[in-house]
Order: sequence, then structure tokens, then C-alpha cells
Amino acid sequence: MTDVASPGPDARSAIYVRGTFVPPSPPPGSTVGPFGWAHKNLFSSPFNIAATILTALFLAWVVPPLLDWLIFDAVWTGENREACLPVDGREVGACWAWVQAKFGQILYGRYPLDQRWRVDLTALLFVAGLVPLAIPKVPYKRENTILMLTAFPVAAFILLYGGFGLPVVETALWGGLLVTLVVAVTGIVASLPLGILLALGRRSKLPIVKTVSVIFIEFWRGVPLITVLFMASVMLPLFLPSGVNFDKLLRALIGVALFSAAYMAETVRGGLQAIPKGQYEAAAAMGLGYWQSMRLVILPQALKIVIPGIVNSFISLFKDTSLVLIIGLFDVLGIIQLNFSDANWSAPTVPATGFVFAAIVFWIFCFGMSRYSQYMERRLETGHRR
Amino acid sequence: MVYRKWKTAALGAAMILGTAAASSAATLDEVKAKGFVQCGVNAAGLQGFAAPNDKGEWSGFDIDICRAVAAAVFGDATKVKFTPLTAKERFTALQSGEIDVLSRNSTWTMSRDTQLGIVFTGVNYYDGQGFMAKKSLGVSSAKDLNGASICVQSGTTTELNLADWFRANNLQFNPVVFEKQEEADAAYDSGRCDAYTTDASGLYSIRLKLANPDEHVVLPEIISKEPLGPSVRQGDDQWALIVKWALFAMVNAEELGVTQANVEEQKTGSANPEVKRLLGTDGDFGKSLGLTPDWAVNVIKAVGNYGESFERNVGQGSPLKIARGLNELWSKGGIQYAPPVR
Repeated sequence: MTDVASPGPDARSAIYVRGTFVPPSPPPGSTVGPFGWAHKNLFSSPFNIAATILTALFLAWVVPPLLDWLIFDAVWTGENREACLPVDGREVGACWAWVQAKFGQILYGRYPLDQRWRVDLTALLFVAGLVPLAIPKVPYKRENTILMLTAFPVAAFILLYGGFGLPVVETALWGGLLVTLVVAVTGIVASLPLGILLALGRRSKLPIVKTVSVIFIEFWRGVPLITVLFMASVMLPLFLPSGVNFDKLLRALIGVALFSAAYMAETVRGGLQAIPKGQYEAAAAMGLGYWQSMRLVILPQALKIVIPGIVNSFISLFKDTSLVLIIGLFDVLGIIQLNFSDANWSAPTVPATGFVFAAIVFWIFCFGMSRYSQYMERRLETGHRR
Repeated sequence: MVYRKWKTAALGAAMILGTAAASSAATLDEVKAKGFVQCGVNAAGLQGFAAPNDKGEWSGFDIDICRAVAAAVFGDATKVKFTPLTAKERFTALQSGEIDVLSRNSTWTMSRDTQLGIVFTGVNYYDGQGFMAKKSLGVSSAKDLNGASICVQSGTTTELNLADWFRANNLQFNPVVFEKQEEADAAYDSGRCDAYTTDASGLYSIRLKLANPDEHVVLPEIISKEPLGPSVRQGDDQWALIVKWALFAMVNAEELGVTQANVEEQKTGSANPEVKRLLGTDGDFGKSLGLTPDWAVNVIKAVGNYGESFERNVGQGSPLKIARGLNELWSKGGIQYAPPVR
């Protein structure tokens, strides 16, 4: 203070007032740029340094062979197993030629070749209906939802199964991604409303409704899905009169829907329990009846809270569709495994290729659902963030 | 374990209900009414026996039986629908009437024939446990495997048969046991064992998956009996006869030199009375089956004779290259034998 405020007489000639601010100096080199980032995130402590070096070594050990297998040594084209054979010590990675040859089956199963446009059209309709629903800004949500829940299933059934002039394609011929999506979408669409009803039922004060809901939920939660499917496919036909058969895929759909509804019910019930009693009382004080208060006050809040749980159920349901394999239906994984038995494509790396491809397919769908749910959570954020 | 319990329960229920289901009306009439044969096949697929080709159509040695039956009944081998069945479902599917024929590499055993309400109609493939070894070992017979380490899947009859056979032959061996077949395959391929044992048809398909198939040889000894064949419901003799004779027609055709290519020519031109009876130009043996006189012609036109079907699906015409072995005709050293058409 003293130096500037009251300079000595001999210093008076050197005094000046700076007209501009000193420009801020760049931060020290060790905190900016790639080096700074690395310093801060990778080498900030001895433990971090050790972890970084170990991870780098691990990646160096794993990634090059993986890339070799997946890309550089992989076989991309070929007519049959000869292409993927490790003849004369040649390194052979993934046999993508096999995936290419079986790609139609992985998408459609054994759906007749000349009818596959029907599956494409159904998929197109589904995407055309779903995308506007998924994008918040697009209008006509209500109309679109009603269409998707009424007209689309009917159209999809007629297109996929047949009728109205289209030749019937039995569900035994369906397979691959088609079956995976049919089972998963039906399960997802049916399980959410059923689950909500069951959750409300379980919290109901009406004894019969409550008991029925509890018994239903506890029964389906208590048996493994594989048992449900197995019962439906092996035991059921024995109890039906000879000649009365109902469709295997339908049996699987009903089993999966009921099974996932029970899980969904418990997820939703978790959300209902998180809503403070005051909300129920406030809704009642507004003069809202039971269904109105549920629809307008309770459920919108409860469902928002349990989005992670709901999507968790959806994802696990999506992956559980592979279990239909045990009743002789072929989802993506099933048709891939079935095609391992084609002797014309029998080569050492074919099974590994098939499983890797199945993993990629499942990952894309599950990751997509996961990302979308996170987006919805952020969008619906209204002060519950902690 | 879960499977096994279910299997027991399912089979128990099946036994109770089997008799009820078996009393259904004539299968042939039902099949004709619906216009196709419903055939149960292996849902897991089995190389050479039942597998989808690149177009997604089923093909294989077991599939040919289904097509042969369809050809015999309708004169059209495409009038068949396939129901993929797992090992646990297969017999209940037959008992419950979901399928008309089961052609799913099932071993004909007494208990299955007598207790499940089903009846086996023949043997299309005589399988049995065999050995595969590295060529570099220089062994030509399983009896040379004294002291060898042998990869085997645990908990199967295969493991028991292996021990019994070596004991009976007074040989030493070191079993290297694996829970899963894939593990055993990989271990054998990586050289953990000198030899590998499972059913012979399985050995050939595993050999295809090895890094260097040509360095391995399937040894000639077969140490167990696994006769595989189609089966039908009990209580409908006519239908059982049709399935039985569809296979016999294929075997007889091979024996008589009737092939897919020359069947029409043989039908009109052959002077051999056995050929004439088989192909329906002499006598009317089809009628006694409830079929048309040219039933066997249709079968052979559709899938060829037994030898042709064998070679095309599992033999030299396929990647598997299974030797005929026991499945050679009786007249050529095997045991495939069909009663005469007379």
C-alpha cells in the first residue's frame, strides 16, 4: 500500500498509471492441452500412475489381437466353409462371410424368401410410428399412440401372419430378429399397462383385488421364465385334446408378457411408494376420484421416478427373449446357433463369429434403450435431482 | 438338473396321457385332410442330419426321411412341415399329436419303444460311440490306444461305455473329463488329449471344426449301439407301416440299383421282377399301404435311394465325409437290410 499510495519524492518521476489490464497469463503448461489432461486424469497420484500403466499394458495386450481377429485376419467374403478354413497355417479370424451367407436368416428366420417384403413393411410401419412418438417435439402424440396400440398390431399381424389375400406364413417359420422383436415388443407393450394395474391392485384397499394381485405377482416372480416357457411348450399340449394346438409363438408371447408384468408391477410399486402421502391427500382434496388422482397426480410422478427400473426390466426382457430357444423358436441367438449345424459352413471360427455377432446385435438394441431412457430422465427432470 | 426333473415329470405325465392320445383316428386320413406331413426335427440342428441351408430350408439325412414320407403320401416331397423340437419336447410332441413323424436322431431303445406310447419304425443310421485320434499317433485301431489320454464329456453314457470298453479289452487309459462338449472339443484341438470319444456321427462333425481336420482320423471301432431312426405314435399301424416302408423303399432301391436319375427309366424298362414290384408296375403294393402304386417311385424321385441320400447329406458328397461303415448294405458288409417287396 505505502509504496503506491505515497511514493517517495525520488520515485515520483517513474510513476505512471497503466491504461490496460495485464492480459492473463496462460495457465502453466502442465495443466492444459493433452499433456495437462493426462497429468490431471491419468498421472495425478502414484496410484493413478500405476493404474494407468497397467491399463495401457492390458489394452496393448488385448486390443491388437482383437482387432486382428475382428478385422485384419477376418474373412469377409466366401461361398462356403473353404473360405474360413485355416489352410496351411493361415491365421483366420472372424468368419464374416458366414454372417453374410446367413444374414437373411438372422433377420427373418426361415420366413419364405418371396414374402420377406412383408416383414420389411411391418418394420417400416413400426419405425414410422415409433420415431414421432420418441421425439418430444413432434405433435399428435395421442393420435399416434392410439394408432400404434390399435391399428399397428392388427396391421402387423395381417402382414406377418397373413390373411386378406396374403398367404399365411406360419409362426414356425418366423425367426431371427423378427422373433426377437415380436417377443420383446409385445412383452414390453403388454407388461407396462398390466404391471401398472397390478401395482395399483397390490396397493388397493379392496381385499379381493389386492389378494389376486399379490398371488399373481408372487406366482410369476417365483417361477423362472425358462420353466414358464417349458410348461407352455411341453406340458400344455398334453392337457389339450388331440388336434387342439395353439401356436407356440403365441404361448411364448403370453408367457413372456405375464412374466414381465409381474416384475413391472413391483418396479412401479416402488415408484408409488416413493410418492409422499401429501400428494394423495392433495389430489383427494382437489376432489379427484381414485382413477383421476392416479392418472393426473400420482402415476406421472411415480413412473418418472422409476424410469431406470422400467428400462431395466425392458432390457432384461429383451435379452430374455433368447430363452424361447428352449421351446424350439429361433430368436437371433437361436437361429445363429442353429446355423452352426450347417456342415457346409463348418469352420473353427464360425461359432465364435456367430456369438460375437449376436452380442453386437443385442448390444445395439439394449444400448439404444438405455440411452433413450437417460434422455427421457433428463427431459422429465423437475426438481428431483440430487 | 432342472431339465432332468422336468423331463421325468413330463415323461411321467406323458405315460399317463400317452394311451389317451394314442387312440386318435387314422393318421393317414388326418394327414391327407390337412395336406401335409408334420415332421419333428432337431431344433438344435445336427450337422448332416438336420440343418438349415443358406436359404433357410431344412436339409439333411433326417430331413430326407420326412420328405420321403411326404412323397410317399402325396407324391410331392414339399408337402411337409417341420417342427423343430428339443430333446425334451420330442416325444411329447409326438404323443400329443403335434407332429405325425419324429425324425430327430433318436436312439431306438426298449424303454422308449415300450413306455412312451411311441413306436420306432426303423433305423436310418446305425450310430455308435467311436474314437478320433491324431494321425501323427500312427494308430489304426482303438486297441492301439493303450495308455492314451482320452477327452470325454462327463455325465454321459459315453463316459461309462469308454471305461467299460477299455476294461473289457484290458487296456489302460487316462480319461480327461469335460462338462461341456465345446470344452472337450477345444481341449482335444489344443492337444490336451491323444484321442476323443463320442458318437461316431458327432466325431465327424467335430472333426470339421478342428483347426486341421485332415490331421485327425476316426478309428473304425464302434463300441456302443445307437440305432437312430424315425418314430410314430403307437396305435396306428397303417401310419407306422407307411413310415417304415418309406425307408425300406430307399434301402431296397439302392440294393436294386434304382437311383433318383434312373427311376423313371427303370419303372418303364426294367425286367427285374423285384424292381417292378417296388416301383408298382407289377402288383399293387402301394394300395395295401393306403397309397398310390407309384409310392416308391415318388420317394426315390424326391430323395434318391438310401445310398444317394447318405452320400449327399453325410457321406462323400458332404463336408462330413462319414464312411458308410455299418450303414452299408447287408450285401456289401454293412447291416442296412430291408425286407423284400413281395
